[in-house]
Amino acid sequence: MSLSFQFAHSLPEIIIALGALFLLMLGAFGAGKRDWIITELAIMILGIALMSMFYPVDGKALVWNGAFVDDAFARFMKMLALGGALVSLVLSREFMAREEIDFFEFPVLILLATLGMSMLISANGLIALYVGLELMSLALYVIAAFHRDNLRASEAGLKYFALGALSSGMLLYGSSLIYGFTGTVSFPELAVALRETPSLGTIFGLVFILAGLAFKMSMVPFHMWTPDVYEGAPTPVTAFFASAAKMAAVAITVRIVITAFPGIKPQWQQIVMFISILSMIVGALGALWQTNIKRLMAYSSIGHMGFAMVGLAAGSENGVAGVLIYLAIYLVMTLGTFAAILSMRVGNHYVENIGDLAGLSRNNGLMAFTVAMMMFSLSGIPPLAGFFAKYYVFAAAINAGLYWLAVIGMLASTIAAFYYLRVIKIVYFDPPARPFERAAIEVRGVMTICLIIVVIFGAIANPLVEAAGAAARSLVWY
Amino acid sequence: MEIGLTHYLIVAAILFTTGVAGIIINHKNIIVILMSVEIILLAVNINMVAFSVYLGDLTGQVFSLLILTVAAAEAAIGLAILVAYFRNRGSIDVDDINTMKG
Repeated sequence: MSLSFQFAHSLPEIIIALGALFLLMLGAFGAGKRDWIITELAIMILGIALMSMFYPVDGKALVWNGAFVDDAFARFMKMLALGGALVSLVLSREFMAREEIDFFEFPVLILLATLGMSMLISANGLIALYVGLELMSLALYVIAAFHRDNLRASEAGLKYFALGALSSGMLLYGSSLIYGFTGTVSFPELAVALRETPSLGTIFGLVFILAGLAFKMSMVPFHMWTPDVYEGAPTPVTAFFASAAKMAAVAITVRIVITAFPGIKPQWQQIVMFISILSMIVGALGALWQTNIKRLMAYSSIGHMGFAMVGLAAGSENGVAGVLIYLAIYLVMTLGTFAAILSMRVGNHYVENIGDLAGLSRNNGLMAFTVAMMMFSLSGIPPLAGFFAKYYVFAAAINAGLYWLAVIGMLASTIAAFYYLRVIKIVYFDPPARPFERAAIEVRGVMTICLIIVVIFGAIANPLVEAAGAAARSLVWY
Repeated sequence: MEIGLTHYLIVAAILFTTGVAGIIINHKNIIVILMSVEIILLAVNINMVAFSVYLGDLTGQVFSLLILTVAAAEAAIGLAILVAYFRNRGSIDVDDINTMKG
């Protein structure tokens, strides 16, 4: 296997890694501590890495001694994760400058976290999984506390660190058990080793690994950190957590259960169903009385991860395709919502109470319409994008015979509709609060693009559905 | 008495449980949480090396070296965040981490 072949299959990672090192040097030895063009350069690097994924390479390849896999699934998820990172960086420019925390470390850390996500998505063994996960998490701990003179941000970083370290410990303990009872750490070899009746140690390992990954996906019962970290961290960081980080965590969960544990499907199916049901219910009930919009989005994201996992619980090719479609749509909805949250500025101050949105329709029609469409879409009302997302995962669950799982999901989404509709009521029918300042052009641009995608999704769904189907096939037919 | 694989696994399990308990039921000091994290990672390392010797396979030892390296980075970042938090709050009591609730 030639070196150039291996490089061709890991081109995005190499571009991001070299770019991050270069920007770090540029920031450290450049003029001053403030970020002058580092953010713009980081956006460019992510853009180049995204484009490099269109470099024509043949279907599927195992490179770097089988630790790294490049297939349609990895490409699909990497496009989502890199896209999420890129848009979060675009959204961060204005906010960081106004809050006076526009240090050059921020884009560098985002690049390193994205590199970790990218390696995580392509991981083909437990060692690659662990190293990718830690590269992502260590960078995320730091950017959660990036506003270091702010009590809430440093508290968010501390909480995220303590619980995140616990979760990687659990993941590792699970990995050690799996390694000990099967004698291998590579996913394809694990699949072969686990064909016979699994031993008790393997089941324990599976439980620990899934618990560790559930932490990163912020699924119940490991979701306690999510509302606090989402509220405390600077808003662009929250957008990054809710978009790119979620994509990577779900991608590796799907990959590990489908490619490494097909032999113990009944066991992981039970766990996935359990965390999926709990997440849907907690996501629906927890958000009901929130007054902070970032906290509301945290519970919303817990609920949405529950819905996405319904597709994985089905365990079929359709189910995996459903998860991928769900994630793609969720990414657009989240980024659109966070673009709106980042437009909530009164004077020189960013506000984040839902009450501050009161009567927005009279001050800023376009933003009010965007918020309304995002909320309708998040609650899954046809014909918006969010409806199709739920349709594909529930259809897969029903095809797999999991009727009651689909019923619980629909009940939870009905309850959740209450708080989404409450936001719309506040935006359209309450007496106006103080009007917001005009947001930067790039924030309005992101908002408009997300709005268009969400509204006309029904008409443009085909290419996405086909890509997701191809990605799911590349994973299932190992 | 022959010391076998089971004994190592039991020691590791006890250490792991101690670490998790230290994080969950600790109401004193954040430094204790950092120590608990280290205990968890060391428990995993014992597991890895014991399995590696038992299976006659080097992968586990390579894995444990990687865990050691990452654990050092993790501890450094944890302490850095802790210092930043202490500067803002003036305390590192677990019971004082309560600015956000709900």
